[in-house]
Order: sequence, then structure tokens, then C-alpha cells
Amino acid sequence: MNAKTRRLVAASLVAVTTTAVLAGCGAADGGSGAEGGVLKLWTHNAGNAAEYDVVEKVVNDFNAGQSKYKVEIEAFPQGSYNDAVVASSSSKKLPCILDVDGPNVPNWAWGGYLAPLELSGGEVPLDDQLPSTVGKYQDKVYAFGFYDVALTMFARKSVLAEHGIRVPTPDQPWTRAEFAAALADLKASGKFEHPLEMGTGGSGEWWPYAYSPQLQSFGGDLVDRSSYKTAEGALNGPEALDWAKWFRSLVTDGYMAQKSGSSPNDDFLNGKSAIEWDGSWDAAKNVEKLGDDLLILPPVDFGRGPKIGGASWQWAMSAHCAKPEGARAFLEFTRKTKYFTEFAKATGTIPATDAAAAQIPGYEPGGRYESFVRSARDFAVVRPVTPAYPYLASVFEKTAKDIVAGAEPEAALDEAVKQIDANLKLNDFYAG
Amino acid sequence: MTAAVPPLPRPRRARGGTLSTARRREGVIAIGMAGPAVLLLLVFFVIPVGLAFALAFTSARLISPTPARFVGLRNFAMLAEDPVFLRSVLNTFAFAAVVVPVQAGLALGLALLVNGRFRGTNFFRTVYFIPVVTSMVVVSIVWTFLYRKDGLLNRIIDAVTFGHVQGPDWLNDPSTSLAAIVFMSVWQGAGFHMIIWLAGLQTIPAELHEAASIDGVSRWTRFRFVTWPGLRATRTFVLITITISAFSLFTQVNVMTQGGPLDSTTTLVYQAVRSGYQQQQTAYASAISLVFFVLVLIVSLVQRHLTREKD
Amino acid sequence: MTTESPRSAPPSARRGLPGHALRVVLVLFFSFPVVFMLVSSFKPDQQIFGDLGSPRAFLPVGSLSLENYTAVFDRVPAVRFLLNSVGVSAVTIVLGILVNSLAAFALSRMRWPGRKLLLTVVIATLIVPFETFALPLVWWVSKLPWLELNGFSLTLTEGWLDTYRVQVLPFVANAFSIFLFHQYFQSIPKELDEAALIDGAGWFGIYRRIVMPLSGPAIATVAILTFLPAWNSYLWPLMVVQDEELRPVMVGIQYFFQLNVSWGQIMAYSSMITVPVLALFLAFQRSFINSIASSGVKG
Repeated sequence: MNAKTRRLVAASLVAVTTTAVLAGCGAADGGSGAEGGVLKLWTHNAGNAAEYDVVEKVVNDFNAGQSKYKVEIEAFPQGSYNDAVVASSSSKKLPCILDVDGPNVPNWAWGGYLAPLELSGGEVPLDDQLPSTVGKYQDKVYAFGFYDVALTMFARKSVLAEHGIRVPTPDQPWTRAEFAAALADLKASGKFEHPLEMGTGGSGEWWPYAYSPQLQSFGGDLVDRSSYKTAEGALNGPEALDWAKWFRSLVTDGYMAQKSGSSPNDDFLNGKSAIEWDGSWDAAKNVEKLGDDLLILPPVDFGRGPKIGGASWQWAMSAHCAKPEGARAFLEFTRKTKYFTEFAKATGTIPATDAAAAQIPGYEPGGRYESFVRSARDFAVVRPVTPAYPYLASVFEKTAKDIVAGAEPEAALDEAVKQIDANLKLNDFYAG
Repeated sequence: MTAAVPPLPRPRRARGGTLSTARRREGVIAIGMAGPAVLLLLVFFVIPVGLAFALAFTSARLISPTPARFVGLRNFAMLAEDPVFLRSVLNTFAFAAVVVPVQAGLALGLALLVNGRFRGTNFFRTVYFIPVVTSMVVVSIVWTFLYRKDGLLNRIIDAVTFGHVQGPDWLNDPSTSLAAIVFMSVWQGAGFHMIIWLAGLQTIPAELHEAASIDGVSRWTRFRFVTWPGLRATRTFVLITITISAFSLFTQVNVMTQGGPLDSTTTLVYQAVRSGYQQQQTAYASAISLVFFVLVLIVSLVQRHLTREKD
Repeated sequence: MTTESPRSAPPSARRGLPGHALRVVLVLFFSFPVVFMLVSSFKPDQQIFGDLGSPRAFLPVGSLSLENYTAVFDRVPAVRFLLNSVGVSAVTIVLGILVNSLAAFALSRMRWPGRKLLLTVVIATLIVPFETFALPLVWWVSKLPWLELNGFSLTLTEGWLDTYRVQVLPFVANAFSIFLFHQYFQSIPKELDEAALIDGAGWFGIYRRIVMPLSGPAIATVAILTFLPAWNSYLWPLMVVQDEELRPVMVGIQYFFQLNVSWGQIMAYSSMITVPVLALFLAFQRSFINSIASSGVKG
């Protein structure tokens, strides 16, 4: 061994010792377990301080208000939250309380992750909530959320005025023809390579969330909701085919990018696009940058009325919880208008109750964001309420991407239906 | 005292006695030395992989209220009819067929370029190694920016050809997407194998090169008859490592294209992960993994056979 | 085998001007994403995307600030994550060098039944990508027992989730490393062993005093080979570590992919976890290449 190698070994040894000490600390922390009334709570908010701070505040209030239970938070980054939950469920180590993305509630309930909520107390009755913020499966409530989000179109007032385009309202949204004419005008102006920003560069849940409502507005759907036993007719009927051809035509006509950039909202703010299909979560930032010039528009009516996706993150109790009465007590405790207000305020989302909405600047009747509340109430369609949803979502994402990239629409939709039907059959239609 | 004293017994015999007990002893010590590695591989590799492969013959799901049951070859029958799976096999082989020679060659070129005594060798080696130590996720994001239709790559093409050639939308055109991922992967991995080649180059005795340069032979001849034969062991190692990492292509695809457009970049590992996690079809994903394992095993055996023959 | 020349590179290697020009061009080619990452880490998001597609993307121009960096520290326990990763990588490297070199020594220099078969099995393990058996492995480690020292009593506990050891031990025995050591050890003349045995040395002595000191390059290569995946590990800790205190650096990147993705912060965090590694490599590769040269063993 020469001197350098020796130094290296010495450095490694120091590192080893440090780790051993760290490991000791870690083990000591981990030993406290769930005894003594400790309730573990998992949330997807690591790195998202705005929402995490509210969770923390609610938990602190609960812990301070009684001495029987102590809730402890563990936060995970959103992108990997589901994997963490699935991994710990395989070893029966789910926490008592956890949050869950709305469309996954049936899947997790069916898989035995979640326990039905029998909430008796709480300040706010479930009936007061926006329907999309209550997670149900087979007539039982499994989860509830403090807020929802809404899809919307952002545009600049000045740009629409310059091209003589009518500003739509929730009562009179753009029709398909009007929308097509507007895009044609904007494109013809030569100022925008792609006048419409649809966020096609995204992946994962964004695809079914953002584009299946448009499919529904055409009259199609991901699955036949009357039986949940086939996608035949819903995803490959004439309406769905119409949607697919329209979706692809946006690319061939040069209205939208086949795959947009990594930050579509920044591209919109930089003036690269005229109309952006986006979520309500970007509203505050857009207002800040564009001020009065910003328009918040309702979705287009493609025939069956304007549609947006419903349901965001919700709270639930796990089926592995050793102290269900404690978890229930906590969840009931959180159901205060005060917390509904704080969650929505901190995250810039739509409060789940009218009482909370009235207290948040912008969401009150006549406010800047009132249209979001309106959309969430009148246009929201929850994603198919079936344990098969993750599979449906994955197939839809791939199929829609293929269509945008130029796949033959009829063949692509038929293939999707074939796969979905095979999966439903293979899983005995997710009975049980 | 000149009386002949019998020589002391040799230490070897005093210890072992016969040759066969020495052998046995050697065997026991060897097993003891290999023991920790064998045990760890058994616990953290052989058993879980065995479990994973066993799942391929069941109906296991990621999330399910009912326990898995044995279904025989059902998952494999489904694979045979899955067009995306078949496309993945094709893409995986195509990717490996290009990446293995190109990356190995580029890496060797780099190694030769920085295998000298001149100012800044350490600097150049470190810079060429940068892509290797940068997180693949970050690297993939940056390349996605570069590959855009209005991205920097096309701007360069435009400038170099004085506007005569318009670059494609690299990642969104099924005819260029896989090539774009190949290029980026080679760029990312070359630095690593440069280091391996360097390690090999450094072991070739300098006298051989000196002798060759005194004889005035050309650079190419020197490479052909001194350097190349000296790299025999390194060659095998580089070949095997690149082949295996090429077959495992996943992260780039996951970040940059998610298998698209039109399945032009889907790969076996990507499909295994997509089916297993996103679509919750654990058993089906295990079947893909098992097929993957068998295919790569065959390729490796063929490779070993070929390299052995040459030697 | 030669032990003479300290550096064995051909002295006239590519010294000419074309060679140097090529090297410089390649510097640009290999460094631009990192330059982009570093430069962008000082820019606000809107400007990052405004600069895309022009050389400005690679230049520190426009409004630059440390805002992204301060935001990173607000968002992620970055120091804790860095320490965790340093510790986990270091222990994996040290144990990996030990365990794998011992196994390779037995495989390459000693005669015993079954070693050919074992070597084949070891190489076969290279073929299976980790993603494909991660889930069964999670279930399996959650069942594994462990002896825990509480004061003076040892207790048997079940489950390895939420520990440092679950981030280290599965990655200690590594087929790549065994293979690399094996190849290298084979190039060290066996006559050395025989001479040592005759002198009364044991097999461990040969390993420790003869073979390992001659194996600098192999050790260094294995160290790098072990370090990179350990530092970059992401999927595994995500599945087996729930306690935030125990998470490694790569998991931290996910903290920035929220509804509002902040690319500037992602670039700042990426810079923070990449630059130390580069510095380490710069320091490390010097001694590693030198040790290769001084050992002068034919590979």
C-alpha cells in the first residue's frame, strides 16, 4: 500500500465510523414503534412546504388538544408516494392515517389497504362537501379531501381582443366550432408556432386527468360505467373516434405540439402560446405575472357540455391500523371549516365547502377564482370508480400518446379496448 | 560436533502431512473466503430472483384482495400475443447492437487520447467522466431540452449547414427517437469505460512501446501489435459490462419518451416496470423479466463462446 | 511483469496539436449538460425556458441569484441526505472491497471443487436488472431477522425496513466486483503463492500481503464501480426507507417534482449532489491512476 492508498483507507474508516454512529441514532429513533397511542400519518407532501405546513399545524392542534393519542407525520415526495405505500403494504406496515390520490381510492379499498370511514362527529358534515372530494367505493366512504383542483384554460385578454375572439363564460363556453375558428385565427397570425398549449409533454396521471374529460365532452369514456365490465363502445365508439381524430388534428394543423416543453406554464408566460390547458394550481402565479390581462376560461363544450376531472388528494384510514378509534378521532377532528380554509388557501386550490370558499379571497361569489368553484361543482366528472382505474389510466395514457403521435385512431382505440377488456376479465371484473 | 544431524522436517510436511490433506485444507479455507459473498448473494439475489421468477407462473398482482394462484404458462402465452412486448424485444436488441460497439470504440478512443504524459491529463479525464457521475435523471432532462425541435441541436445543424438541413423533432419522430437515445446513452456511458480501458492501457509495459517507437513503426501498427493484444482481458470485461447495461436500458426511456412515440423506444425492462408497477400486473412483469433473463443469458453465452475462440 | 517504469504510457502519445484540439472539443461535448445545470441553477424558471434553444442557455447571463439554493435548503434536508449517502456509500465500498476480493481470491487462486460452477453463477447474476426483482426483495427483507443490541442483551427482531443496513448489505456482494478482482488476480503470477506457501505463509497471508497490495487498480476500479450505484440509488431506498432521517440524496430530487415543478431548484439540488462527486473523482482518480502505474501489473 502506498501513502495515498493508505490515506484513502483512513478516510473510508472515518466515514464508516460516522455511519455507524448515525446508524445507532437511526435505530434508537425507530424503536419507539406504535405503542403508547402513537398514530403514524403519511402524506405525499415532502418538498411541498405550503401543504405540509398545514398538515403539521392540524396534527399539532390535535396532539395539543388531547393526551390519548399522538399523531406522527412522515412525508414522502409525491412522485414516489404510491410506491412507498405499496411496498409497506406488502409487509403489512401501513400507517394508521394516510393520504391518497382520489382516483386510486377504489383500487386501494378493493386491495384491502383502506378501511371504510364511519365518521359520526366532526364540525363539517360530508354532505356539505363538493361531491368530487369524497372518495367512495361500493357505497362506502373511504376518504375525503379538503380541496379539489380544476382544469381550466388560461389566455391573455389582449391577445383574444386583438384577434376578435369572444371571451367565453361558464354559461356560454366555446363550442367546438368556435374553438376551432379561434385556433385557426391565432395560427394564421403567425405569432405562435403552436397557439394551443395542452401540456402534452407531461406523463403519468396528467394524461387521463387532462384529456379524458375532453373525450367525455365528445361523448366517449374510458370504460362503460353502467357495468364497469367492458370498454367496448365507450372508448372505441363513434364519439371516441371523433375525439381521437380531433386530438390528432391539433397536431397536424399545427395548433399544438405533439410533445410540449418541460414547463408549459413558463412557455405560456413567455408568450409562446396563446391558450393554455392547465390546472387551477397555476392560477395564482399567472395572476401575479399577468395581472388583469389574464383570463381564466371554462373548458370547451365539445357536444356533451364542458367537462373537467374531479378529485384530488384525500385523507383515509388504513386497514392495518391497530387503533382505528384513534385514527377516526383524528380524522373527525380535522373536519373544521378552519382547516378546509387553510388547506385551500395554502395550496391555492378550490376549498371543498362553500363555507370555506366564502372565507378565501378570490373564491367568494364574484371573485377572481369563482369560476373554479363553479367548474368543480358543475363540470367535474370523477375518474371511473373502479379498482381497475390504474390499469385504465395506464392504457389510456399510452393510447392517447400514440394517437397524438400519428397512430391510426380506430386501430389504436380498438387495441386499447381489447387490452382493457382482457384485463377486466382476467381479474374477474375486480369483484370482491 | 560434526556428527550428521537429520534435517528438520520441512514446515509444510509438519503442518499438513500428506498432499491430500493440504488440498482439503485449501478447499475449506477457500470456501471460508468465498463464504460471505456467497451468503450475501444467496440472500439478496438468488432467493428474491427465484421468488420473482416463480411469480411468473402465478396470477400475482401488485394490489389484490385475493392471494395469487398457480396459472401455469398463461402469462407467457399472453406475452406471445402482446405486440408491445415483441416490439420491446426488437428495440432492446437493436439498441444493444449499436451501443456495444460504438460505446466501446468511443471509450477506447478517449482512453488513448488521454493516456499520455502531458499537462492536464487529470482535467480531461475528469471532464470526460462528468456524464457518468451526473444523475441519469438530470442528464435525461437536459438532453430532452437539447433534442427539441427548436432545441440547441437543431440550431447547430442549421448553422453548420447554412440552413440547408432542418433537424427533425428527435424524440417525437418514431424514425429518430431510438437513435437519439442511443447517442445520448453512448455519450453518458463512454467515460466509464474510458476508465476501464485506461486501467488496461496502463498495464502494458512501456518498454514495448518504446521499442516499437525506436523501430519507427507507424502508430497504427503499434496499436495493432502492441496495444490491442495487451488489452485482451480488458476487452472481455468492457464487452460484457456494456452488453449487460445496454440490455437493461430503462431510465433514459422512462424520463425522455416513456416508450413512445408509437413504441419506437420501448424496451424490455421498461415494459417490465410499466406492467409491474403502473399497471399492477406483477405476474406478467415477472414473465417479462424471466424472458429477458433467458435472452441475455443466451447472448452472454454466445459472446463468451466467440471471445474464447478468438483467444 | 514489470516493476520498473513508473508510468507506462507511450511517451509520445498523441502529443500533437490535432490531438489537443480534439481533446478540447471533447471537453465541450462532455461538459455541456453540467454547464447547463450549473448555469440554470442560478436563474429563475421563466428565464431558463426563455433561454432554451439559444447559446444563452449555457451562459451565466440575465438575472442570476442564489435564490434557488436557499429554496433548496428550505425544501429538503439536504445536509442530512448528503451525510446519509456518504455513509451508506462508504460502508458499501469498504465491505464490498473486502467481501468481493476474498471471494475472487478463492475463485482465482485456490483449487477447490465447485469454483468453476460458482464463477458461472456469479456472472449469471449480472444479467438480472434490479428493477425486475425489487418487489420480492422488499417483501423478503421485511421478513429477515436481525440481532439487536439493547444495552447488554441481544434481542432478535424481524424486518429490515427503515434501517441503514437495508441500504448497504444487499449491495455488498457484487458480481461485477468479483469478476473484476478475479480477472485481475489471475494476472498476478501464481508462483508468488507457491513461494510464499513454502516460506510458511497461510492463504490469508498471501491475500493480505501479496495479492491485495498488488491490486491497487482493481481496488480503485471496484471502489468507483460500487460508489456510483450506491450514490445514485433511488428506487430501492424509496421502497424500504420510510423514515426521512435515513433517506439518501437521490430521493431528494423527487421533492421538487410537485404540482409546480421548479426546474431552477432541481438544477440547484442536482449541482449540489454532483459537484462533490466530481471533486472526489478528481482527487481520487489521480491516486487511482498512479497506483495502477506503480503496480505495473499486466492485466
